[in-house]
Formats: sequence, structure tokens, C-alpha cells
Amino acid sequence: MKSLKRRLLWVAVGAAMLAAAVAGGATAQAPVVKIGLLATLEGPFAAGGQDGMRGAELAVKERGGMVAGRKIEIIKASSDAKPDVAVNATRKLVEQDKVDIMVGPLSGSEGIAVKNYSKTQPNTTFINGSSGAQATTLVDPSPNFFRFNTEGAQWMVGLGDYAYKTKNYKKMALIAEDYAFPYSQVQGFMTEYCRLGGRVTHKAWVPLGGKDYSSVIAKLPTDVDALLVVLGGADAVNFLTQYEQAGGNKPMVGGSITVDQTVLNFKGKRRESLLGTPSAGPIADRYEGADWKKFVAAYKENFKDGFPSPSLFAYVYYINMKAALDGLDAVKGDLSGGQAKYREALKTLKLKTPTGEVTLDENRQAIGNTFVTEVAKAADGEFYNKVVKLVPGVNQRLGMSKADFDKVGLGSRDVPNCP
Amino acid sequence: MSAADWRKAMNAGAGRYAWNAGAAGRRVTTHPSPRPSPLRGEGEVAAGAWARWIGRRVGARHVLVLLAVLIYPWVATPFFTYQIGAQSLALGLIALSLTFLAGYGGMVSLAQMTVAGIAGYMYAIFATSGTTEISLRWPWGLAVVLALVIATVCGTLIGWFSVRTEGIYTIMITLAIGVAFYYLAQQNYSLFNGFQGFQSVMTPAVGSVELRAPMTFYYLALFWSLAGYFFVAYLLRAPFGVALQGIRDNPRRMSALGFNVTAHRVAAYAVAGAIAAVGGILMVWYNGLVSPGSVGTSWLINILIIAVLGGMRHPIGPFVGAIVFVLLQNFAVDLVGRERFNLLIGGVFLVIVLFSTDGLLGWWAQGRRYVQGQFHRGPGAALTQRRGQ
Repeated sequence: MKSLKRRLLWVAVGAAMLAAAVAGGATAQAPVVKIGLLATLEGPFAAGGQDGMRGAELAVKERGGMVAGRKIEIIKASSDAKPDVAVNATRKLVEQDKVDIMVGPLSGSEGIAVKNYSKTQPNTTFINGSSGAQATTLVDPSPNFFRFNTEGAQWMVGLGDYAYKTKNYKKMALIAEDYAFPYSQVQGFMTEYCRLGGRVTHKAWVPLGGKDYSSVIAKLPTDVDALLVVLGGADAVNFLTQYEQAGGNKPMVGGSITVDQTVLNFKGKRRESLLGTPSAGPIADRYEGADWKKFVAAYKENFKDGFPSPSLFAYVYYINMKAALDGLDAVKGDLSGGQAKYREALKTLKLKTPTGEVTLDENRQAIGNTFVTEVAKAADGEFYNKVVKLVPGVNQRLGMSKADFDKVGLGSRDVPNCP
Repeated sequence: MSAADWRKAMNAGAGRYAWNAGAAGRRVTTHPSPRPSPLRGEGEVAAGAWARWIGRRVGARHVLVLLAVLIYPWVATPFFTYQIGAQSLALGLIALSLTFLAGYGGMVSLAQMTVAGIAGYMYAIFATSGTTEISLRWPWGLAVVLALVIATVCGTLIGWFSVRTEGIYTIMITLAIGVAFYYLAQQNYSLFNGFQGFQSVMTPAVGSVELRAPMTFYYLALFWSLAGYFFVAYLLRAPFGVALQGIRDNPRRMSALGFNVTAHRVAAYAVAGAIAAVGGILMVWYNGLVSPGSVGTSWLINILIIAVLGGMRHPIGPFVGAIVFVLLQNFAVDLVGRERFNLLIGGVFLVIVLFSTDGLLGWWAQGRRYVQGQFHRGPGAALTQRRGQ
């Protein structure tokens, strides 16, 4: 008797679900534009991925959730910074959830994998999240993959010049993590620095997430003017602490994610020596631009649980999502013909971002501004990155012609080289 | 020990093994070897014996499952065919190698994904990939064979290292090997291309047939999964498999009976290595890439989760586990939202492991027992339960 009742209950539940599904299908008549959003909500970049989502949401909120009279529906997915997971999540969004536009992913090797996948889906437009591998758009680009953010090498343009001319560092040693992003950063720096006549006499490539730098520090040459340190947050702090303990005293030049808040809050004895450390990147916390201030204010207002100031991920996801929506606006939400018109609009889009205008090159890669910054002390004693120079219109070939750039190739352990 | 010796030992000691197995409370088949006796090895008799054997072993549910998996891609969307179907089969095949080792050999190896990863890496190195300075661009057939051989050899070597340990120490040593390979792949640039691994590893085309197309790839994965399944199912009834199960239950006794325990265990690792290697090739084709992340700790453990989730007492278990695992990975995010979906995945695993003695297969067996009890509440009901599979 009891089992019969239970069976009836299941039948009822099943019928209810079916009815709900049918009803759901019936109400979905309004022209909704579906956008898939992929970021890493697991693994090493979980905090960054969450902030990336905030940035993308901000771009949607600015438009009140509507674009060209169509409601925006965001379908989110997560990866853990591994390329295979990112492609699986993207495939689900594109093939199962049938999104019109795809925004993501977050990290470099994910970006390359998603770009490769995008070639098998010619009817969907893919816009990058925050991934910054050079190869994504330089090697074998995909006609339906767009990137409105500049990448690792572009972020360092202007820093080589600043270090050589203003800081007068003629000879440097390098310590960087051993994977694609630092390779790009080092290429961005050294291309300019070597051209001016600077020399990088020693390169130390260390594994990502390393704890012990003593052997690396012992091998650093003493006859250099400064160190180029391209390490991520925790790695940078570990290195700095150990370098200080070993009695190191060379000034430092940082990569785009080296001199962040974790490093600025470094409490070691050499804290004061951080002052004047130059670095470069696509954003600067206390940039005085009006659009930037507006963006930061909007971020703070919308996300009480967010960071004190939008992270790089939030910013980059914001501009990529904004590009997706601005493009839709330009074609009045017309995605017909395999989205041909929409893509044409994206290619010619002059995107207004909080840090200036962004346009695309022939590989659908952003040409934008880079900030050179220097650590300075605010009135309240806090350290921050002060903007010292704005380098406008940095392209992916770092100002070289296609032939010249192809001769050098992508950044790697040995490229470029000027010992 | 040669095959003939095994068979002789089998015939001499079949009764004793069964008694032994019964005492240990495990399910060891008491059927004689399916191979017809060589004494009356005439073709006709053999065919009749095969037909009878098939009739005895194949039930309606086997036919139903086979039909279902064959028809599946015709009713499912390409997404379900490829990402859910084919991925489950490929992961299931890798987990099958662990089920074989752990369920029947009593050796829990966490390095099975490493073996699969080695096969994937070797394929990427010998065949074509986006990293042109390392990949040798040899014909894909040759690359597959080389990858399988190298991975199987590595699987055997891992077994050879770890067979002399028992229980938790086997887990530790295989985990250590797995993690060591992960770091080797991540930090070696001349062979494994470091952190990046190999991108754009293309699934080959046979003539004009693109193996990458969802349906083709599904059938390819299905073929190898069925092959793996039947191979394991056969092996478990063959003298080698029976001896292996004997070793699992009482290695000292088997040793006293004249079986070389170490050799059997290493051979089991070799078989499991070959199965995992096939799964590894399927995975590298499925993903189109192989990177250190593919052999990281999370994947080593995921394979164990799949095997445990499905159930370790039958070779269908890992495939059932893989389907549930892949479904959860894909759709949990829709059910409970993006921030908490790992909680649901973990919760489901916990419930299954807590309330079933043998994963989902344990529930299946319980369900069968319950249904049988409903139909004939006789004294026979209790006896049939052990045969549930």
C-alpha cells in the first residue's frame, strides 16, 4: 500500500516537472539574447574568477539588463583554469544551452583551447574573458574569436624605456615564473629594453607556486643595476622575504601582477625600498581618468562583497562584456546570417573603456593603452601604484612590423635575448 | 607460469578455490572455464557449448543495455552524444582498469590516470599537435601503437614498483608516482612542453570519416569500451582472473599452492595499463589537448571516485559511475547555482558511499533482491542474492 502511494507520488512529481517544462517553453517567446559567461570559480584563480563575473555583470547592469530591445540572459559556467575543463564548460554553454555569444575564459591556456574549439562552432561568436596568451590571436587565429583586452606582452610596453632612460638601469637580471604569461611579459619588457641597449645578463625561470628561492637568490649576479621580477602575488612576497634575508639590496622592476596589494602590504624591513619600484599594466588603481573613477565607483556601489577596488579580472571581463553588448547595440540586436553583421560591427567597434579607446587589429586582437606606474606613498602612509606614463595604442606586435615580429617569434625562455 | 599450467591448476583446484572464496564472503565464479575442454575439442561440440554458455550468461537486460547504447546517439543531441556519452565511455574505460586492479586484484592504484596521461602525452609527441617543435608528426596509426606500448610498459613498471606493498602503502606509492609524473610533465620543457602541454592534438580521419564528429567518436569510444568490458569479463573467468581473485583473498595460500603471487600482480598491472592506455588515447582525442592538468591529483582521485561510485564488483560499475560523474560535472551548476555546485557533487558522492556497500551497483543488487523478495517470498530468495550482478 505504502509503495503504491509512493509510486503515485513519483508519477505526480514527474507530471508536474513535465508541465513546468512545457510552460517554460511556452513563455520563452520574448526575443532573449543568451550570453554564456565562463570564468574560473574553482582552483587557483577562484577569487579572480569571481571578480571577473562581477565585472561582466556590471556591464550588463549598466544597460539595465537589456540591449537593443532584447532582454539579456546570462548563463554562467565555471572551470578550474585547466584547458580541458574550460572547453567542456564552453561546449555545454554553446551546444546544450545554445548561447548566442560566449564570453570567457579567464586564463591563458584555457583561451587557446577555447579559441581552437570556436573554429568548430562558426555560428557562435566568442569573446575573450581575461585570458592573455599571445598565441591565442597571433598563431592560427579563429575568425569568430575576438579579444578586446590587451595581453601580457602589451602590458609591459613602455616599462623598458622607463627603466633604461628614467631609472638608468643599464644591466638587469631576471627572475620569472616558468610559463607562457611571464614569457609574454618578459618579451614585452625586453623587446624595448634590448633595443635601447640594455642588457639582461641572467635569467632565472622558477616553477609557479615555488616556496624556496634560496638557490635562485644565491645565483643572482651582483654586478647588475636592478632585478626584473615577474612573479605572481604570493610568489613575489616569498621571493622578496627571502631576498631580504639573504641580504639582497638591488632595486626591483615588477611585472603586471607582481606589485599588487599583497606586495604593497609587505611588512618587511625593506618595505621602504619598494618605493619607486616601476611596473606596468592595463590598469592603475588610482588613475585619475574620469571614466576610470566612474567605473570604480559603480563597482563599489554594486558589489559590497567585492574587493576595495576592481581587480584586473573584473576590469577585463567588464570591457569584453561591454564590447559584446556595444556590438549588439550597433546592429540593433540582429544576429541573423550566422551573426555576420554582428561580427563586422565588432571588428570596426571603437570601444570606449574606462582607460581609453580600444580598437581591434586584423587578428581581432585589441590595440589599447598601457600604464607605466611607480610605487608611491600616499598621504595616509599607504603604498600605491602612481601612474607616471600612459602609452597609447599599444598593438600586439609591440610596434614592430609583421615581418620583424615573426622573425623574433613569441616570447619563450630564450626569446628575446640580450646578455 | 604458462597458460597450460594455469588451466591444469584450475582443474585440480577449482573446488577448493570456490570453498575458499565462499568463506571469504566474496563472489568468485564457480563456473568452469568457458573454453571447451581440449579433449572433446570438435568444432560442433564447441559451438554448442558456446551457444549454451551465451544463453546462460546473456539476459534480457544485457540485450536492452546494448541496444540502448547503440541507439543512443541517434536520439541524443550532438552535445549529449559527445560530451556526456563519449566522455563517460572514455573515463569509464580508465576507471575500468582501476576496478579490475582494485576489485579483483585488491590493489588500489591511483596511478591509472597517469598511465592514461602517458598514453595521451606519447600520442601528442609522436603524432601532430600545435607544438610543432616537439611533435614528430608521424602517421597517427604508428603514434597510437607506440603510445599504447609505452603506456602499457609504464603501467607494468608502476605495478612492478608497487606490488610488494599492501593496502594503504600501495595507494601511497602509486599516488607518489602519479604526483611525480605530474610535476615532471609540468616542469620538463624538452619533452612534455611544461605547463602548457600540447594543444590542438587533432583527432585523425580514417579515409573520409572524421573520427572527431560526435557520432563517430561515440561509436569509437563505445567499441573500445565494449572491448574493454568483455575482455575484463572474460579474463575474470579465465584461469588468470580466478587466480588473481584467489590472490586478492589470500595471497599466502595461493603462494603455498604454487602460484607466483608477484608475477600475477604485475601481469594484472600490465592488463590494467593497457586498458587505461586505450582510455588515455580516447581522452586526448576527446579533449584535443593534453596538459599537466590532465594528470593532476584531482584527476587521479576522480578516477577512484568514478570507480567507487559505480561499484567495484562488476566491470559495468566504472561505466555507471562515469555517467553519473559526468552528468553531475555538467549539470550540477544548473541545479544549485555557480557558487555551491561542488557541494552538490560532493553530497551525492557522500550519500552513495554512505548508504551503499558497493556504489550504485550495490543499490542495483539491493533493488533486485527486494523485487525478487516481493515476487517469491520463499526460502530461495536469500540464496539468489549473492548471484545478483
